[in-house]
Amino acid sequence: MSVDLTTVKKVASLARLAVSEAEAEALVPELNGILDWVEQLGEVDVTGVQPMTAVIPNHLRLRADVVADGDVRDKVLANAPQAEHGFFAVPKVIE
Amino acid sequence: MTQLTDLTVAEIRDGFRAGDFSAREVATAFNANVAAAKALNAFIVDTPDHALAAADQADKDRTAGTLKPLSGVPIGMKDLFCTNGVQTTAASHMLEGFTPTYESTVSQKLWDAGAGMLGKLNLDQFAMGSSNETSYFGNVISPWRRNDGGNAPLAPGGSSGGSSAAIAARLCPAATGTDTGGSIRQPAAFTGISGIKPTYGRCSRWGIIAFASSLDQAGPMARTVKDCAIMLENMAGFDAKDSTSLDLAVPQWEAGLSPDLKGKKVGIPREYRVEGLDADVARVWDEGIAWLKDAGAEIVEVSLPHSKYALPAYYIIAPAEASSNLARYDGVRYGLRDLPDGANLQDMYAATRAAGFGPEVKRRIIIGTYVLSAGFYDAYYTQAQKVRTLIARDFAKAFESCDVILAPTAPSAAFALGDKTADPLSMYLNDVFAVPASLAGLPAMSVPGGLSKDGLPLGLQIIGPAFDEQAVLNAGLALEQRAGFTARPEQWW
Repeated sequence: MSVDLTTVKKVASLARLAVSEAEAEALVPELNGILDWVEQLGEVDVTGVQPMTAVIPNHLRLRADVVADGDVRDKVLANAPQAEHGFFAVPKVIE
Repeated sequence: MTQLTDLTVAEIRDGFRAGDFSAREVATAFNANVAAAKALNAFIVDTPDHALAAADQADKDRTAGTLKPLSGVPIGMKDLFCTNGVQTTAASHMLEGFTPTYESTVSQKLWDAGAGMLGKLNLDQFAMGSSNETSYFGNVISPWRRNDGGNAPLAPGGSSGGSSAAIAARLCPAATGTDTGGSIRQPAAFTGISGIKPTYGRCSRWGIIAFASSLDQAGPMARTVKDCAIMLENMAGFDAKDSTSLDLAVPQWEAGLSPDLKGKKVGIPREYRVEGLDADVARVWDEGIAWLKDAGAEIVEVSLPHSKYALPAYYIIAPAEASSNLARYDGVRYGLRDLPDGANLQDMYAATRAAGFGPEVKRRIIIGTYVLSAGFYDAYYTQAQKVRTLIARDFAKAFESCDVILAPTAPSAAFALGDKTADPLSMYLNDVFAVPASLAGLPAMSVPGGLSKDGLPLGLQIIGPAFDEQAVLNAGLALEQRAGFTARPEQWW
C-alpha cells in the first residue's frame, strides 16, 4: 500500500494538522518509505494469534463510586489559553 | 578530597548520613555544575532553589534523626514528568509555559523519599526520537567526544538524552528517564552510564506526559547498578490513579543485590547476531558473555524468532497510540493556541497543532492516524498487535531455558548530531535491540561494557522475565564488576 498527496492531505486533516503544500509533498515519500518497511509484517503467519491487549497480565479494578477529587476549577483553568467566567473560551461554534 | 559531584547516589546518601558533608554542600556543588554546563543544553529549566530546599530539609532531618531513603541526594527530572509549579514541556513548543498544578506520582515519591530537584531535563519532543535532536529547546550535546581529535558534537541518545548527558557530565548523580522503545537504555549506552526500564506497570504513569501508553514506563538512570536499584525502589509502587499499575509490593532490590550467578542461565539470542553487526559491539558482547560465565552463570543459546519484526510492529503501535494520546492538544484546555484571524474552531485546532508540534511528532501523528483509519486498521494495527503477541511468546519460551538474556543495547556507539536526521528510518533502526523488550513489557537494563575504537561507550543489555528486576540488576552488577568501566568524558564544556 502506498499513499499519494491526496491521502496525505486527508490524513493530516483527520489528525487536525494544518500542512502546507510543500510539507504535504515532502511527507509523501517519507511516509511511503516507512509504510514499505512495515509492510514486512505481512510475511508473519498470525493464524490463530490473538492481538495483544495487555502486555502484563493485570485486572481492571473497581473503586467505590464516590467523589475522590474536584473543587479545583481554578487549577483546571490555570493553564487555559483563554478562560472566561470559570469556563474554557473557544471561538464561536454556532452561527 | 573527592569532589562531591563525583560521588554516586549510594556514596552521597551514606556519606551524608555519616556526617562527612552536609546536604547543602552537595546541592550547592551540583547546582554549580549545572550552571557551568550550559553548552550541553541538558536542562530546559534549572531549579537550584528546589535542590537547596530539599537539602536544608535533609540537614534538619539528620539533626532530628528522621532521615528518609534519599535524604541529601539531588537528582535530575526528565521534563516529561509533571512537576507542580515548575514548567513541564515534553520539550515541545505546544507545552512551552505549561505549569502543572499537580505532581506526577513518580516525582512525588522521589520528593517524599527526600530527594531534591536540580532541574528539568531536556529530551526528544514528546519522547519521540533516539538522538535528542527533536527537542524544541535545542539539541542536547553529549559530553563525550571521539578520540580522533575531531570535536564533532555527538548524540547523547534519546529520548532521555538530557538525563544521560547530565549524569555522564556529573551534573547530577541520577535522573529519571522514561522508556517507550529504548529511551532509557539507548541513551545510557551512548553515554557510559546505567539505566533500567522495569516491568511495565511497576512505575505509575500518572502525571507522565503520554506518548504510547501500552509501552511507556519510567525508570532510573545513574552511574552504577546499585544506584539504579536505590532509585527504582523509590520510584516504583502501586498507584490507584494508573489503571495499568501493578498492585505488587516493591521488592528491596538494593538489599537483594548479588553478583553471584552460580546456578543461573544466561540466554544469548541467536537472532541478535545480525549480519554486519558492528565489530566493536560484537567484541563487547563476547566479553560480556565471558564475564557472566566468570560470575558462575551457564551460557545457553536461545531463539527469539520474531525479533526482526519487532521494530516495524513498534512503528505501527507507538505512532497509533501517540496519535490518540496527542489528540488532547487542541489549544483549548492547556498549552499553545494559534487562532488566525477569522478562524473557526476547526481551523484553530489545525493551526495550533501545526504550530505546536515539531516535524517528527507530526510525522508520527500522521502515520498513527493513517494506520488507524477506516480500511487500514486490520492490515496494520491488528496485524502489528498480533506480531506483538508472538514477540512476547518468543520471550516467554526463551525464559523457559534461561534466567536472563544478554544482548547489545544499541547497534553502534553514539553517532554525530545530524548524521541520521535526513532519513527517519535510519534513526528508527538504532532501537533494533531495545524495542523487543518494550513490546513484551519486560524489565531490561543497560550497563557500560567498554569503549569503541573511537573511545566511545558501548552498552550491554540484560533482559529479564516479567517482575524479575532483581535478576536483571544482579546480572548487571556482575557485568559492572568485571567490565571495570571507569572512563569518563574529559571536560570541555
